[in-house]
Amino acid sequence: MHQDSVDAIKGHPLYAELVAKRKRFAWTLTIVMLAIYYGFILVIAFAKQILAAPLAAGMTTTVGIPVGVLIILSAFVLTGIYVFRANGEFDRLTRAIKEDLQ
Amino acid sequence: MRKFSTLGLLAALVLPAYLLAGPAVSGAVEKQAINVTAIVMFVVFVLLTLGITYWASLRTRTASDFYTAGGGITGFQNGLAIAGDYMSAASFLGISGLVFASGYDGLIYSIGFLVGWPVIMFLIAEQIRNLGKFTFADVTSYRFGQTQIRTVAAISSLVVVAFYLIAQMVGAGKLIQLLFGLEYWMAVVIVGVLMMIYVIFGGMTATTWVQIIKAVLLLSGATFMAGAALYSFGFSPEEMFRQAVATSPKGASIMGPGTLVKDPINAISLGLALMFGTAGLPHILMRFFTVPSAKEARKSVFYATGFIGYFYILTFIIGFAAIVLLSQHPEFYKTDALVNGAVDKAKLVTGLNGGTNMVAIHLAHAVGGNLFLGFISAVAFATILAVVSGLTLAGASAISHDLYASVIAKGRVNETTELRVSKGATLVLGVVAIILGIAFESQNVAFMVGLAFAIAASANFPVLVASIFWSKMTTRGAMVGGFAGLISAVVLTVLSKAVWGDVLGHLGADGKPAGLIALDNPAIISIPVSFICIWLFSILDNSKRAQIDRGAYEAQKVRCETGIGAEVASGH
Repeated sequence: MHQDSVDAIKGHPLYAELVAKRKRFAWTLTIVMLAIYYGFILVIAFAKQILAAPLAAGMTTTVGIPVGVLIILSAFVLTGIYVFRANGEFDRLTRAIKEDLQ
Repeated sequence: MRKFSTLGLLAALVLPAYLLAGPAVSGAVEKQAINVTAIVMFVVFVLLTLGITYWASLRTRTASDFYTAGGGITGFQNGLAIAGDYMSAASFLGISGLVFASGYDGLIYSIGFLVGWPVIMFLIAEQIRNLGKFTFADVTSYRFGQTQIRTVAAISSLVVVAFYLIAQMVGAGKLIQLLFGLEYWMAVVIVGVLMMIYVIFGGMTATTWVQIIKAVLLLSGATFMAGAALYSFGFSPEEMFRQAVATSPKGASIMGPGTLVKDPINAISLGLALMFGTAGLPHILMRFFTVPSAKEARKSVFYATGFIGYFYILTFIIGFAAIVLLSQHPEFYKTDALVNGAVDKAKLVTGLNGGTNMVAIHLAHAVGGNLFLGFISAVAFATILAVVSGLTLAGASAISHDLYASVIAKGRVNETTELRVSKGATLVLGVVAIILGIAFESQNVAFMVGLAFAIAASANFPVLVASIFWSKMTTRGAMVGGFAGLISAVVLTVLSKAVWGDVLGHLGADGKPAGLIALDNPAIISIPVSFICIWLFSILDNSKRAQIDRGAYEAQKVRCETGIGAEVASGH
C-alpha cells in the first residue's frame, strides 16, 4: 500500500473510531474467555472437590458436568457476540472509510 | 405416535447387536472378522472422494487454487471444514477413549481444545485474512525480513505437522487393523497413499470438500450414536452417570477431575498449550485464506466453534455411555479380561480389544449393529484421510511457498515451478508420515496431539500475535523468539515422561518410566520464553533492518484493520 493512502486512512476520523472500538471490544471478550477458562483450570488445580460434588443430595451428576457444558456454550456465545457486532457495526465503519477514499 | 416409531427404529438398530453377540463371544478377537458393510461403505467414500479429487484437479491450475481453493469457499463451508480439521481421529477416538478410561478428565481436555477458538476469533482470524495470502508465514513476515521469518515459520510448521500426523497415522493404523484385519503397516501405507492422491491432484479444493463431507458424516454419525446410547438410559444423563459409576473400576472418581491434571503447574501448562496451540496450527490458519473476506473469516470461526462444541458434548456422552454398554459385551474384550464369560470389572479399560482408542467403534457396534459399525468405521477412516490431507497440504505449503519460493529462490520463481515443488513436497511428506506412523505405533494418540499443540502455541502463536499487535517488533526479535519457543518446547517435551520415559525407556526410582522433569506439557515455560525473546531481541535491535520493520508497522496496521489492499480470490 502506498504511504499516501496509508496516511489518508490514518487521518480519517472513522478509522480512529474503528480501531479504538474494535480493540476494546476484542480484548474485553478475550479477557472474559480467559477468565472463564483459567478460572475453571484453577478450580481443578486447587479445589477440584467443588467440581466433584454432587449437583444435589443423592445425585450422581456432579457440579462439574453443567459447568463444563456451560463453558462450551460460553465459547460459542462469545464468538457469536463478536461476529454480530463485527459484521454489522465494524464492517459499516470500514465501508464508510473505503467509500470516502474513493 | 412419532415417539413409538422412533423407539421402533432404535430397537431395530439396537437388537441385531444383541443377536450377534452370542456366537462371537467364544475365543479372542484381536482383529475384527472381515466386515463387508464397512468395506463397502469405505470403498463408496473413497470412490466419491476420488471423484471429487478429479473434479478439483480440473480446477486446480494456479498456486492460489492449490493452496487456498482460489479463495472461493464460503464462511459456512469453511466453518465445517475447520470443524472437520478439528474433529480428527484423535479427537473422536482419543477423547471418547479418554472419557471411557478417566471420565471427567476427557471433558477438561476437550474444553481446552475448544476455548482457543474465541481467542482466535477476537485476536487473529480477520487479521490473518487481511494480511496473508497462502500460509500464516505471509502474516508473520509481512513487514520483516522474508528469509529469516519464513525459515522459522516453515521449520516450526513442519515440526507441528509431523507430531500431528503421527497421531493421525497411529489412529488410522489401529482402526483399519481392527476393521479389515490388515497388518498395521499396510493400513498406514493405504492412508498415506490416498492422502497423497487427494493433495497432489486436488489441492485445497479437494482437501476442503473431503473435509466438509466427512464433517457432515461424522456429526450425523456421532449424533445418532450419542442418541442411541442415551436411549439405553431412558434419555436420562443422571441414569447414565449412575450406571457408569457403578460399572467403572474407578467408581465415583470418574465424575470429577482426576489424574489427567496432577498439579496446578501442569494444569495451567496444559491449558495454555491447548488454548493458544489452536491459534498456531498451520493447517487451521491456512483455512482463513480460503474465504474471500474478513467477514466470511469471522463467520467460519463462529460456525466452527458451534460444530466443535456440539461434537465434544457428543464425544463425552459416547465415552460415558460406553463404560456401561461395553461392559455388557464380552465379545469386545480380550479373553484374559473375562471371568466366566463376563467382563472383569478391573479390566474394563485395559482389556478392551484394540485399546481405548477403539471405544467409539465398539460402541457403534453395540448400539447400531454391523451396519452402523460399518458406517462409523468408514467415517472414522474418512476422518483420518481428511485430516492428514489438510496437514500434509499445510506442510507442503511451508516447504514450497515459504522455504522454496521465498527463502531459496528469493521470490524469483514462477507459479508452475512452485506448484511442482509443492507436489513433490507432498510426496516426500507422505512417505515420512508413513514411516513415522509405523515408528510410533504404541503411543496414545490424544497425547501426541497435545505435544503438537504445545509447539504450535510456543513457536507460532507468540510471533503471530506480536507481529500483528506490537509496532516495535523487529525481524531479529521475531526470529529469535520463534526459534526459542520451538526449541524450548521440543527440548522440554523430549525430557518429559512421554518421551524420556515412555519412548526412550528411562525408568524412575520406582521402576516406572519417568521424565527428567516433572512437567508434562512445556507451554507454561516455552510460551513466556518465546514472548520474552521477542521483546528483548526487538528492543535491543538497532540495526537498519529494525528501522524498516518498525517503519512498516503503520501500513500493516491499516491493511489489517480495514482489509484495504488484502489479497482477494485470484486466478479465475
